[in-house]
Amino acid sequence: MCLAVPGKVVGIEERDGTRMARVDFGGAVKDVCLAYLPDIEVGDYAIVHVGFALQRLDEAAALATLDLFARIGALEEEFGDAWSRAAAEAGVVPAEPLEDIR
Amino acid sequence: MKYLAEFQDPGLARRLLDDIHATATRPWALMEVCGGQTHSIIRHGIDQLLPEQVELIHGPGCPVCVTPLEMIDKALAVAALPEVTFCSFGDMLRVPGSGRDLFRVKSEGGDVRVVYSPLDALEIARRDPGRQVVFFGIGFETTAPANAMVVHQARRLGVRNFSLLVSHVRVPPAIEAIMRAPHCRVQAFLAAGHVCSVMGTDEYPELAARHKVPIVVTGFEPLDVLEGIRRTVHQLERGEHRVDNAYARAVRAEGNPAARRMLAEVFEVTDRAWRGIGTIPASGWRLAHAYRDFDAEHRFGVTGVTTEEPAACRSGEVLQGLIKPRECAAFGTTCTPRTPLGATMVSSEGACAAYYLYRRLDPAAPPSKEAAPVG
Ligand code: SF4
Repeated sequence: MCLAVPGKVVGIEERDGTRMARVDFGGAVKDVCLAYLPDIEVGDYAIVHVGFALQRLDEAAALATLDLFARIGALEEEFGDAWSRAAAEAGVVPAEPLEDIR
Repeated sequence: MKYLAEFQDPGLARRLLDDIHATATRPWALMEVCGGQTHSIIRHGIDQLLPEQVELIHGPGCPVCVTPLEMIDKALAVAALPEVTFCSFGDMLRVPGSGRDLFRVKSEGGDVRVVYSPLDALEIARRDPGRQVVFFGIGFETTAPANAMVVHQARRLGVRNFSLLVSHVRVPPAIEAIMRAPHCRVQAFLAAGHVCSVMGTDEYPELAARHKVPIVVTGFEPLDVLEGIRRTVHQLERGEHRVDNAYARAVRAEGNPAARRMLAEVFEVTDRAWRGIGTIPASGWRLAHAYRDFDAEHRFGVTGVTTEEPAACRSGEVLQGLIKPRECAAFGTTCTPRTPLGATMVSSEGACAAYYLYRRLDPAAPPSKEAAPVG
């Protein structure tokens, strides 16, 4: 959770008075709040942490980081299913799969 | 120089390492503050590639690890309430409280949800106004702006069934506490890059000057860590103690002004207990008076929780860099990622977990290829 992951802005919309983006993190697409990086545009890259864009990043740096994260499994850690991971760590297989939100 | 093939640019890694080897003439102890850096260092064997004189001491920068036991117990108490939907980041699920963890609360029927962002928790509250939705707001300066914004939004949108259990921590007072500790060996800091991408660097020059300690803002990718170390060693050898930014692609001196404004609006500085370390003055944030209505501790009256820390766990010493994880007798025996005694073993950014995953029990063994990080 403490890693911030670079992603590419693929769409922007206004929602409840807040500028929100769809951001692609090497395949996983998430909603991201742009309140802290208001002048970012579609096609730009940014460092995103828990759903908030924090700093702009140039494309080369962003892609290199994403490639590294994919190789070391950090993207799975950030976006994968935390319940099944917790179950595996606890050494229990839940009788019914515990659903994640959404 | 063994595992260089692991690096994204092995040639550059070698040049950085050669420079560090050529520069270091005396023993130096550097503390990397961020848990992501610790993980990267152990995974890529960076500590083993460095000259013998350059020692890395692992710092307290894992938000999951330092969340005080009392706060975990409060979270467990709130999460077990029948009227509450409790939302958290996934890596808090298996952090042990005095008796159990959030994973267990869920299996016992508690409504515990994992969210990617605090905004998801706010959305859950809006969709289900009949339930109390509580978000577990932990983390350093990188995470705090998100939680500040979500409380601000809840108030703006009139979402009354949302609240935040706040346990935010700040890095500069932790650096201060480490430098003041009686047996402190730390001579320089690799500051946490993403904390600085929010806060900038202006909190650090005064600290660096007062303690005569170089502070080099460093990212957490392997090459970033090497560059941070390289610049730190250069300063140490020249007797300098400046703030230097080795992560300029993501950190500007002023940080993120909009995020800093929101932090100042929603939070106020408070003393905060750090798990295993104790209370550090002015080292945390709590909700400012104007936002007290959104404080889950007040709303659910979870005070006076009694806590019980396993006596065998030495994570406090690990977090302060006083011992390495394998010096703890429980390491790899009674304490493993599957049966964690302390938070530094359960969190993927914790030093104990990093040692367990990548070096197993043998201090000399190379980082294992198949060990994938677990969250
Ligand atoms: S190995 Fe386990 S018991 Fe020992 S300090 Fe680390 S977390 Fe605590």
